[in-house]
Amino acid sequence: MLNATLAELGSALAAGKISSHELTRLFLGRIAGLNEKLNAFITVDEERALTDARAADERRAKGEAGPLLGIPLAHKDIFCTKGMLTTCGSRMLSNFVSPYDAHVIERLAAAGTVLLGKTNMDEFAMGSSNETSYYGPVRNPWDSARVPGGSSGGSAAAVAARMSPAATGTDTGGSIRQPAALTGISGLKPTYGLVSRYGMIAFASSLDQGGPLAKSAADLALLLNAMSGFDARDSTSLERPAEDYTRELAMPLAGLRIGLPREYFAEGVEPAVRERVREAVRWFESQGATTVEVALPNTKLSIPVYYVLAPAEASSNLSRFDGVRYGHRAKEYADLKDMYCRSRAEGFGAEVKRRILIGTYVLSHGYYDAYYLQAQKLRRLIAKDFEEAFARCDLVMGPTTPDTAFAIGAKSADPVQMYLNDIFTIAANLAGLPGMSIPCGFDAAGLPVGLQIIGNYFAEARMLGAAHRYQQATDWHLRAPKEAPL
Amino acid sequence: MIPLTRPPASGLQAVFGMSLSLEQVQRIAILARIAVSADEARGVMQQLNRVLELIDQMQAQDTRGIEPMAHALDAQLTVSQRLREDNVTEPDRRAEFQAVAPAAEQGLYLVPKVIE
Repeated sequence: MLNATLAELGSALAAGKISSHELTRLFLGRIAGLNEKLNAFITVDEERALTDARAADERRAKGEAGPLLGIPLAHKDIFCTKGMLTTCGSRMLSNFVSPYDAHVIERLAAAGTVLLGKTNMDEFAMGSSNETSYYGPVRNPWDSARVPGGSSGGSAAAVAARMSPAATGTDTGGSIRQPAALTGISGLKPTYGLVSRYGMIAFASSLDQGGPLAKSAADLALLLNAMSGFDARDSTSLERPAEDYTRELAMPLAGLRIGLPREYFAEGVEPAVRERVREAVRWFESQGATTVEVALPNTKLSIPVYYVLAPAEASSNLSRFDGVRYGHRAKEYADLKDMYCRSRAEGFGAEVKRRILIGTYVLSHGYYDAYYLQAQKLRRLIAKDFEEAFARCDLVMGPTTPDTAFAIGAKSADPVQMYLNDIFTIAANLAGLPGMSIPCGFDAAGLPVGLQIIGNYFAEARMLGAAHRYQQATDWHLRAPKEAPL
Repeated sequence: MIPLTRPPASGLQAVFGMSLSLEQVQRIAILARIAVSADEARGVMQQLNRVLELIDQMQAQDTRGIEPMAHALDAQLTVSQRLREDNVTEPDRRAEFQAVAPAAEQGLYLVPKVIE
């Protein structure tokens, strides 16, 4: 059961082979056994989980059905959960019990899922290693001396270690795809606007997008069906007819045109990563897909552009944390301004402060045009690169990250070294495109490698279909990590 | 907007390649309402300058005539601002929301005295 896909769990629940209550206890036991070592969860509420599970079993007894009814899930601690601690990995919100639910939480609760707990993350989703969390680093279940990636590192580690069948995450510059790659699981960042940001604590609003992490692409499709949809409370939520993201899982691969960006296979990519990705691409070719080299010439610029736009938006979004309405307030202060300054100095960690300061600087008088406006113009060039690429191919494929999981502490001293890890994931956020990562093998040290698939706007069903076909022929996604044996 | 220093005379060249001084770091910290102690300031300055060096890679790019992209989907879609009817839609949830405030009394948020 621990290694079962959501479809398998759904069938077992429907057939009465197991109850949601039993399934929930199974995963709670797994969490109890592994969390001390991996630190994937910030909050686990066993009583609430078992209450949710009993409610799901009652709904089923009354004749209700549904692919996610009774399925236990873990939520990134960036999603507000009513009556439950919601920290965003920060001391600032270490006392924040949310008075409301995020849209994603509402949708998944309505589908009958069980909330196992809230997962650890980089503070305010700012990080690529989970080392910036106030609650300490998450450890990679493939090698606990290494990072699981970030910022959704707790969600990724929880799914990889089979502490939860699936989890939610958010992706602003790669925060679903990069940890999915580094922990050997599947993760999807949808087209911007598909999943409501209501109740999802904001980092950079023009880039933030929620999405699922799971073992397989078919599982991601089931979760996206439940998570996506119009929500009037998010001004950027898209009003579109509902889609069934499982509809192309059986799609033929013959004739599929795969674009290989030459910049994604250039120097700087670890040879083992490049080789595993090429092998995966060759498999698609063996099934009748064709490949074409495409160019994304502005790839390198995506990092500086991102590190202007994301901090600029963050400096504005995080101004709400002032020690007045919620969150941390300093004990001692001279006056109101001093209260703000001290509460924020104590409540935020070093990386969050750094990004707020950069954002404040690039938006300040006299610097706006040179930094912010220039970055917005380059953002259009980056989006245009993809527009031209998608004129020649259906899906873009390449590595999710330039290397496999790195050691805890290896990149934390130099922020720029850390930022470079997101070189292949950031551009999809800037362009608003959907992107996903699926496991495609291991390096010599036995660490997972991620294959990234980027699609055109609203191409999720097709991306998931291609990924599912690959996962029917391979078993990388079913391998359990060494330090969390089944 | 409050000027940090004298604004650059014109164009990108005047800004790029400059590194921040300790004084500027303190000025930015005040604008951001984050206390930075004298002990921390030098380390913060070095880290910020490292990030600004990275950002300066944008300098060489010619972006004349390119429209800035403010919305993630404006490259592909015409997205117009959604408007709703001008009706009251929010229920009163003051008590719930103030339950998580550091200091609230009689429906008011308490802060240090600002008017003598």
